[in-house]
Amino acid sequence: MRHIISLLMENESGALSRVAGLFSARGYNIESLTVAPTEDPTLSRMTLVTRGSDEVIEQITKQLNKLVDSVKIQDITDGSHIERELMLVKVRAHTNDLREEMMRLGDIFRGRIIDVSDKTYTMELTGTGSKLDAFLEALDAGLILETVRTGACGIGRGERILKV
Amino acid sequence: MADTELTGAEIVVRCLQDEGVKHIFGYPGGAVLNIYDEIYKQDAFQHILVRHEQAAVHAADAYARSTGQVGVAIVTSGPGATNAVTGIATAYMDSIPLVVLTGQVPTAAIGLDAFQEVDTVGITRPCVKHNFLVKDVQQLAETIKKAFYIASTGRPGPVVVDIPKDVTQHLCAYHYPRRISLRSYNPTYKGHTGQIRKAVQMLLEAKRPVIYMGGGVILGNASRQLTQLGQTLAYPTASTLMGLGGYPASDPLFLGMLGMHGTYEANMAMQHCDVLLAVGARFDDRVIGNPKHFASEHHRIIHIDVDPSSISKRVKVDVPIVGDVAHVLDEMLKLLAAGKASPDEQALQAWWAQIELWRSQDCLKYEAGDKPIKPQYVVEKLYEVTQGQAFVTADVGQHQMWAAQYYKFDQPRRWINSGGLGTMGFGLPAAMGVQFAHPQAMVVCITGEGSIQMNIQELSTCKEHNLPIKVILLNNGYLGMVRQWQEFFYEERYAESYVGSLPDFVKLTEAYGHVGMLVERTADVEPALRDAFGKYKDRLVFINFLVDPRENVYPMIPAGKGLSEMILV
Ligand SMILES: Cc1ncc(C[n+]2csc(CCOP(=O)(O)OP(=O)(O)O)c2C)c(N)n1
Repeated sequence: MRHIISLLMENESGALSRVAGLFSARGYNIESLTVAPTEDPTLSRMTLVTRGSDEVIEQITKQLNKLVDSVKIQDITDGSHIERELMLVKVRAHTNDLREEMMRLGDIFRGRIIDVSDKTYTMELTGTGSKLDAFLEALDAGLILETVRTGACGIGRGERILKV
Repeated sequence: MADTELTGAEIVVRCLQDEGVKHIFGYPGGAVLNIYDEIYKQDAFQHILVRHEQAAVHAADAYARSTGQVGVAIVTSGPGATNAVTGIATAYMDSIPLVVLTGQVPTAAIGLDAFQEVDTVGITRPCVKHNFLVKDVQQLAETIKKAFYIASTGRPGPVVVDIPKDVTQHLCAYHYPRRISLRSYNPTYKGHTGQIRKAVQMLLEAKRPVIYMGGGVILGNASRQLTQLGQTLAYPTASTLMGLGGYPASDPLFLGMLGMHGTYEANMAMQHCDVLLAVGARFDDRVIGNPKHFASEHHRIIHIDVDPSSISKRVKVDVPIVGDVAHVLDEMLKLLAAGKASPDEQALQAWWAQIELWRSQDCLKYEAGDKPIKPQYVVEKLYEVTQGQAFVTADVGQHQMWAAQYYKFDQPRRWINSGGLGTMGFGLPAAMGVQFAHPQAMVVCITGEGSIQMNIQELSTCKEHNLPIKVILLNNGYLGMVRQWQEFFYEERYAESYVGSLPDFVKLTEAYGHVGMLVERTADVEPALRDAFGKYKDRLVFINFLVDPRENVYPMIPAGKGLSEMILV
């Protein structure tokens, strides 16, 4: 099962490598990891996407909790939640047909064109990981020059709040 | 200026003093020279100069194991820190409270491949409970306080504090916080009342109960409570290698050690019990062997541990209780005393009858002739001569298992060995740490000719401080445990397990200024031991016992097999 784990950590140097090191040392799989400070600059918030059986996820949660720097942790996939990922895609757009095609696809997926050159378009899309996957599948692979994705970040719906 | 300012080096020393530290083990070098200069100027604590940094950490580790206090070691940057890593990992695997101070190159040089620079925080990260790099002298005292606090609370473990050289020169006002709290670190102390009640009820319903105790009982100072629980209920108790001494081994309710080289009765009882109370133990591979095989019998399991991640890691548990083991056991004892229910006497009688049948296998029997000496015999005689009162450290191998099997520990913190990491070379420096903590006590190191040579240089440290340690070398001429596996599982192809060209250990010991003895006949074992603890009581005595090179450790559960698949003799 795919799980999204949110983690509030002390914003100390090395905090990220403790988490990354834990995953590699214990052989847990890690699909993506995002991290940035929160509105409280002493705290960083991480979102980890991982896969594993219930037992493995239980161990992951316990091991993350055990890190001395981890303040709070929540498996947000335990309840209703929102997940978003940002993707930037650079595509070939050297003909009029291609440019139109890209604009159309962009509209369908609510993407925005954020940079244009005479040969390329760069698009910005946000959404769940699977929506971004779907966009890439809709494109002819030969047209994609470059993609970059942030990995998912997530938040609980409504009153589900992760805060110190 | 209200407060006088101290240098970082002065602060380090003041912190250790304020923490009540009496002994630290270490080795100097460029990055820690300022700290050493301050150590020189004080005498509130004693610094013991070892001959290799690994030994400093093992000594501090054993100091902690034998006292329950935090052990302290100090080493320089670069090679000093890397030499310490084996010691740190050893302490980590056995959850030993330790603070290791490492020197670092000056902050401005970090990352520039400076002389004797290594990324100590990076290298030690996977084998510490926590570590710190102190970049600002303002944070030094508080960080050292945090290190002691983290090392000694919850599930204990080693904490490394890496201190760049310039930080030891910078000035700041000294304030050592008396107490500290961390929002990100709050170990659970009290167990859940409802779960404790459930556990007591389940224990009383048991028809075939077993109490399975591990090192957590020793670390959590819960021996008294555990012993009382076992004796109140008259339930059988079995221990892991790390728990030995947590329940008196001479009590008939004790089944002995569990696991790969555990007793037949302990392993059979564990496999066939209906209710298992696991206390401060972690169901590791050397204890239950194959978890699938273990689960093939139905058990109801209660698991008490201070570390939630130890629970349901390898075996599914019915009643998990996270908390301090002594506290939880106290609560259970209270409930038992207050309640009216008592164990099912009839079922218990039948269970004990079964256990006695297993026990009658006498799985630890062996035959002693005059020559070669049987290693088991040496340990048995050692037990008699020391009347079971010694602190015993061990290295790693067959001798370690024989020590665990034949020396009956009745008290906690007497049996000192590297269980988790299995570090050869641990024994002698560990004995030093124990002897410093207990100057009047009998301290014995049981070792093999492979292991002792991994830290034999410490005989020099022992001489410098006149430590009256007794080194019991069970010399079988082989890396015996390796040879045993090769005999059993590699059709007797003894690849690189024979140790040629051994030194003359008697002369070597004498060269270091100690008493050496060679013992080749069974009849001479006891007199030699009596001399060591009598005539040479105040000297370090190294006895080279030439023991049977073909002897194996029995019983044995081959790796990956189940508890009831033991090889007996
Ligand atoms: C540092 C280290 N290297 C290798 C091993 C693997 N090992 C485990 S037991 C053993 C043999 C130990 O031989 P010795 O000290 O002579 O003890 P014996 O088994 O003969 O009693 C070895 C090599 C280890 N545990 N530690």
